[in-house]
Amino acid sequence: MTDALLLESMEITRVRHETRDTFTFDLDARPRGGFRFAPGQFNMLYAFGLGEVPISISGDPLKPAVLTHTIRAVGPTTRGLEALKKGDGVGVRGPFGTPWPVDEAQGKDVIVVAGGIGLAPLRPAIYSMLSRRQAFGKLCIAYGARTPADILYEKEIERWRGRIDVDLEVTVDRGDPDWRGHTGVVTKLLRRFELTPESTVALLCGPEVMMRFASRELEGLGVPSARIYVSMERNMKCGVGSCGHCQLGPSFVCKDGPVYPLTKAEPLMGIREL
Amino acid sequence: MDIWSLPRSRLGELIALLRARGYDVVGPTPRDGAIVYDSIESDAELPVGLGDEQSPGQYRVVPRDDGAVFGFAAGPGSFKRAFHVPEERLYRVQREGKTLRFVPEPVAPRKVALLGARGCDLSALRVLDRVLEGDRYRDERYAARRSEVLLIAVHCGSPSSTCFCSSMGTGPRAGGPWDLALTELTSGEHRFVVETGSPIGLALVRELGLLTASTLDKIHAAKVPVVAAQRITRRLEADGLGARLAKNLDHPRFAQVAERCLACANCTQVCPTCFCTTIEDFTDLDGAGAERRRRWDSCFNPEFSYIHGGPVRPSTRARYRQWMTHKLSSWHEQFGSSGCVGCGRCITWCPVGIDITEEARAIASAGTSEKAT
Ligand SMILES: Cc1cc2nc3c(=O)[nH]c(=O)nc-3n(C[C@H](O)[C@H](O)[C@H](O)COP(=O)(O)OP(=O)(O)OC[C@H]3O[C@@H](n4cnc5c(N)ncnc54)[C@H](O)[C@@H]3O)c2cc1C
Ligand code: SF4
Ligand code: FES
Repeated sequence: MTDALLLESMEITRVRHETRDTFTFDLDARPRGGFRFAPGQFNMLYAFGLGEVPISISGDPLKPAVLTHTIRAVGPTTRGLEALKKGDGVGVRGPFGTPWPVDEAQGKDVIVVAGGIGLAPLRPAIYSMLSRRQAFGKLCIAYGARTPADILYEKEIERWRGRIDVDLEVTVDRGDPDWRGHTGVVTKLLRRFELTPESTVALLCGPEVMMRFASRELEGLGVPSARIYVSMERNMKCGVGSCGHCQLGPSFVCKDGPVYPLTKAEPLMGIREL
Repeated sequence: MDIWSLPRSRLGELIALLRARGYDVVGPTPRDGAIVYDSIESDAELPVGLGDEQSPGQYRVVPRDDGAVFGFAAGPGSFKRAFHVPEERLYRVQREGKTLRFVPEPVAPRKVALLGARGCDLSALRVLDRVLEGDRYRDERYAARRSEVLLIAVHCGSPSSTCFCSSMGTGPRAGGPWDLALTELTSGEHRFVVETGSPIGLALVRELGLLTASTLDKIHAAKVPVVAAQRITRRLEADGLGARLAKNLDHPRFAQVAERCLACANCTQVCPTCFCTTIEDFTDLDGAGAERRRRWDSCFNPEFSYIHGGPVRPSTRARYRQWMTHKLSSWHEQFGSSGCVGCGRCITWCPVGIDITEEARAIASAGTSEKAT
């Protein structure tokens, strides 16, 4: 009899400030014998007395001793989490939801398309693919941020960019005087990659409009819609299909998603206010 | 299977026996101008000689001249609240140094006997069971409350004008499983014809020392739900309805109904299968402790679908559509049945009298005519 709503306390072992409103913390999973998850899954995180929010796991699935989340502080609960320091306890329950199809992508080219905080849920998939890089064809990453100051995981991005077996492009909505990279929407980057579209798997996470346009662009390039995956976002209170909040048409984003094949998500994304 | 007879004068003994066996008896009782379900201690608390008049947006308790005990239709309360409680503490949170300790609120074990459950009520419980117990995740609190429940059904003889159980296949005859099923006969000596559906039900009959019912009474009793069904005029064409609604999500009728709908959430409150909840956080005044409480929520509340930036369903049109299509369409895909049992509560208790059967008919028929206008 395990109660899926019951939280456990985990200790923050490290906090990193990524950007002015986004931070990453590591939680110590050793006392509970490690935290196993699949890339794309999320946890419910609780800030004492304030509330509980769904947050994707952004760490390395091959390092179960640490549980990592990257959070953008936008409201009461995420700001409450931001105020926590090394040594503080956080309430955690999970992992929930469907994973990125990393295994299905083996032997194929992969394109990862991330917008904003959407890079966080994709990072475990990138780690996972890099850990057995030769099992995949090309690995392309397209990442869009609002401004250069909003770019997440900067050092890591530099490292990935430096690898000859990774193609990575970053774009920003608005540049600054020092910015020498691309400006404009992430969709525009997709044509730059040399992919074999028929055998490409695409993983998309970001604002819904971004995913709609990016998937259209990829389909236009010849990527089969059955191999395009998107991660959806809805209000969530339980994470296990019992509170009703996350419904998207006939599905519950918390257990039938958040990762959906485009063939399932597209008809639902197209309906206003569903 | 034998069928028994329980004189009206001995109904109180059945309640006393259940209580002696440790059951909390939950049955119908008049309160604040309505007939609701709550714990009762004796047959005096039952709605003796009371019926109801219901129509879209209207509900009134009225006297009956036959002294019937179960002579009314679905009221605003359902048995849902006995198991899926409106509001409860899930756990307390204690700060211990820097770590947090979560202390679950225990669910007190309780044996419950539901007295007077109609076909629609029983179907609604089975729907809730599938949602909260039968899925990948089990709601442990619901499961604990639901674990020891005795069902005493009533084959319904008093449908209201808003009932449409017959077209949903849930009544007026109460489908099993139940432990006992009563049919009330008021002409001549006031009595109940009693069917047993389980060893516990049979043991209760034995303990009361009931006599078998006469052949004539069995015939009279069998007719009660049949006659009731003939009096039901409201219908919902349930066959293929889910698929037809799903094809018509942009039907203009949704905008029309939204002009009347107040988004008051009454319909979700009275619905015996609506299960949505939210969890709320509270902090003790001294800041050392906190608690998390769960309460019923409604898809009509704007914040229900809130994500950073605003609600996913800001319009009443989208919220009415979510409610109706969840109930009648997506529920099939999610839980393998309709979420509607045809009790008519949402029609009666809607302050502006919106009728789900009428709306569904208008929207679902769009595909069958040339085009949706
Ligand atoms: C599957 C999933 C994964 C997510 N992963 C991340 C992540 O890795 N990093 C990150 O920073 N954010 C992530 N989010 C978004 C994050 O959950 C919201 O930013 C957060 O709920 C905001 O809560 P708040 O109380 O701070 O702010 P407010 O905006 O004031 O929110 C109030 C309440 O509304 C609900 N809510 C608000 N925004 C969202 C939202 N976008 N999604 C779902 N519910 C919301 C929550 O119940 C919240 O408590 C994810 C959301 C989902 C559904
Ligand atoms: S349909 Fe009727 S009861 Fe339901 S929210 Fe609208 S006005 Fe209220
Ligand atoms: S988050 Fe509660 S049903 Fe999905």
